[in-house]
Amino acid sequence: MTDFFKLHFFIPLGIVLALIIIPYVGYMANQQLVLGVVIPYLAVLIFLEGLIYRVIKWARSPVPFRIPTTCAQNRSLPWIKKSIGEKLDNPETTLQVIGRMALEVLFFRSLFRNLTTKLRRPADHPEDAKLYYWSYKWLWLGAIAFHYTFLIVLLRHLRFFTETTPGFVQTIEHVDGWFQIFQPTVYLTGIILLAALTYLLLRRVYNPNMRYISLASDYFPLFLIMAIGTTGILMRYFFKVDITAVKQLALGLVTFKPTVPAGIGVIFYIHLFLVSVLFMYFPFSKLLHMAGVFLSPTRNLANNNRWVRHINPWNYPVKFHPYIEHENKYRQAMKEVGLPVEKE
Amino acid sequence: MAKIPTPEELSNISFQPPAKGWMDTKPEFKEGCYCNAASPKWLEWLDYPYPRNWSVRDEDWKLPANWKEILLEGFDERLGRFRTLKLFMDICVRCGACADKCQFFIGSGDPKNMPVLRAELMRSIYRRYFTTAGKVLGKLAGARPLTEDVIKEWYYYLYQCSECRRCSVFCPYGIDMADLTILGRELLSSIGLNIEWTMASVGSCYETVGHIGATPQAYKDMIDFFAEENERVTGVYTNVTYNRKGAEILFIVPSGDYFADPGTFNYMGYLLLFEYLGLDYTISTYAAEGGNFGYFMSHEMGKRLNAKFYEEAKRLGVKWILGGECGHMWRVCNQYMSTWNGPADFLEEPVSPITGTKFENAKNHKMVHISEFTADLIKHGKLKLDPSRNAHIKLTYHDSCNPSRAMGLFEEPRYIIRNVVPEGNFIEMPSNTIREKTFCCGSGSGFNGDEYLEMRFRGGFPRANAVRYVRDKYGVNHLACICAIDRAVFPPLLDYWVPGMDVIGISEMVGNALVFPNEIERTTDLRDRPLVGCEEAEEEEGGEIE
Repeated sequence: MTDFFKLHFFIPLGIVLALIIIPYVGYMANQQLVLGVVIPYLAVLIFLEGLIYRVIKWARSPVPFRIPTTCAQNRSLPWIKKSIGEKLDNPETTLQVIGRMALEVLFFRSLFRNLTTKLRRPADHPEDAKLYYWSYKWLWLGAIAFHYTFLIVLLRHLRFFTETTPGFVQTIEHVDGWFQIFQPTVYLTGIILLAALTYLLLRRVYNPNMRYISLASDYFPLFLIMAIGTTGILMRYFFKVDITAVKQLALGLVTFKPTVPAGIGVIFYIHLFLVSVLFMYFPFSKLLHMAGVFLSPTRNLANNNRWVRHINPWNYPVKFHPYIEHENKYRQAMKEVGLPVEKE
Repeated sequence: MAKIPTPEELSNISFQPPAKGWMDTKPEFKEGCYCNAASPKWLEWLDYPYPRNWSVRDEDWKLPANWKEILLEGFDERLGRFRTLKLFMDICVRCGACADKCQFFIGSGDPKNMPVLRAELMRSIYRRYFTTAGKVLGKLAGARPLTEDVIKEWYYYLYQCSECRRCSVFCPYGIDMADLTILGRELLSSIGLNIEWTMASVGSCYETVGHIGATPQAYKDMIDFFAEENERVTGVYTNVTYNRKGAEILFIVPSGDYFADPGTFNYMGYLLLFEYLGLDYTISTYAAEGGNFGYFMSHEMGKRLNAKFYEEAKRLGVKWILGGECGHMWRVCNQYMSTWNGPADFLEEPVSPITGTKFENAKNHKMVHISEFTADLIKHGKLKLDPSRNAHIKLTYHDSCNPSRAMGLFEEPRYIIRNVVPEGNFIEMPSNTIREKTFCCGSGSGFNGDEYLEMRFRGGFPRANAVRYVRDKYGVNHLACICAIDRAVFPPLLDYWVPGMDVIGISEMVGNALVFPNEIERTTDLRDRPLVGCEEAEEEEGGEIE
């Protein structure tokens, strides 16, 4: 275990544990108003402002060159036909770019390409070293599972923020809860979410190269979201809280008439506090990849340089070697071998 | 020169990272694995800052006194100019999908060659000086102070990235290490750190005819020699004109195609094709270098060299530009040329004078790739081809990085190949090693120097390994490509990993297959190798051949 790993693994772990203790202490000190109203408002404020600030900051830097990564045939002679897949992997038009981005954002297209590389070097024939490449979809699967279950869990929570639960939320709950063995209904997404997070954490810890590159900012969100998921599950199935009171609090928040109903258990305040921390942390962390992917110049531009000129706003004149200097340098020799010249 | 380990030793690669954390591990400048420092002469030629004699192995790199300010100011300036830089510094989640996609990581096992960590070498500085978290939390936020050791590390690893963009294909956010490498190298240049091979090529290309520093007369001599060689082999003298005003087309190739085998045979192929067509074209002694090693130093230097293209096209009054087989030249011409030095409104939308095909896809930058041009000719039945003249060539095709991942040129060269070699002679390498997933030759972006041979062999290992697979399984004996750096560096690479392979350009095979009405009986290919069925005739002549 390197010092580097210890620093980047255990400190975020400690911080997340501390983040669990803080609301506990606050609850004991009867700070429900701070925990249930002030901090959530603050979190949403920081989240929105931070997000806008960061996106504007990125957008203020221009895109001087059109540099899409081309993952398929480009527009060519009319008889070289491209399939739809090829059009989306090397887009020529805005519509195709939208398609490429949709695939990237909704289905993690690039990650779906993932391969694993293995070097096999037989001990008795070391000269026969061979490289093998396999399609490796586990990372893609883990990422998809995590992101989508997280989204569904988030949407399920809309039930708390609306007077009457919207139809689509009910549908989600219905599908999510088809596995009705226990009472209350077990939502699969919560379990898949934790499983996916565990996978993402374990690969960081167990793969030596992943461990080597991982920073506190990689472990912290994993621990934090795991803590959020765990407290949520604990609250739903084990340490039940007064759901009506929670809904009252949530509705108060969204209608800007905040109230703090009595009788909500501490586990709720821990859950809410961790979520608030996630919201506040989001705009200043790698989690911002959610917004950043839309701005990525290798993905969100059409590969149309050859027929549409791209303008660089800061293009400036440069010193180059003009033809006449070339001729001045070699004129005599050029004339001798019969190369045409501008000045005799 | 350093002793190169045997292939057996070199393929013994450990993928276990060192026990110490990466911030505490200094690069070891091992002979054969780093590029030599550029001599001051070139920097002076090009008005590059801080020309001086220094050596990579020295403890003291003689950096300017205020190197840190220069570098950080340069970093800040680039954050404001390149959205790529700003974004790629912020959004990486270190998922590791890029890690085993880099041929330099696969070939060396050095974790700092995982694109993610190579980028972290820069990100750690970005965080320390340009983010609040990094300023406050330091190491915990993945930040570290800028020291001379960091600079040495950048120099070492940014010159172990060949700007091939393979990682960016797999990155879920499209983070492009090539772009970061270019910007990182620009920053190194700003404090006087450059590599010899690239700077020598850039300096020569800037002031003389091309990378090798030829004079116009020597250049003409070389091309005229190809014309004579063509006449000797085929009976057809291939006329060339130089700097001719009023020609319809300006033809530009990388210098690799005229100064070293096997590129020279490719040049003979170009000339044969144009002679066959009676093409109204000219070549220039001024815009005589298609390659652009300036692009490997900085965006600005790339622009300074590339300026010659449009300047010369304008001076000669041609209608459009035809470009030869070259890798990064085509990245530059596709993604940068018209932005840098356009608009090329003094040129016309390219039209093939033979088939009348309008190259609408090139109507902005007015430049056509020789493979597009040739594929169009073949499609229209304008070439009489005899594939049996390439029967001795059983080939596989290497997609060069830049035409693949920075342009998307996949089908045209394949179409030509299928038409110039007998059926069954073209075998693809495994699908995870070609097209957009192709591997670098290991020497792209200015790594041709001999002092760097071990790292070139490591970086080229995945490509060579795939070549070996098709050699062993199908008896492939040629590797075809459309890149001049490939043609220069594959012969030693393949000799090392896959002995017995020849490297060949597409246009050379076109030249072999072209049937001229007035040709002499063809018994050899352009390299004087006997054609299938002519082996005995060659022997009887007493063979001065090779």
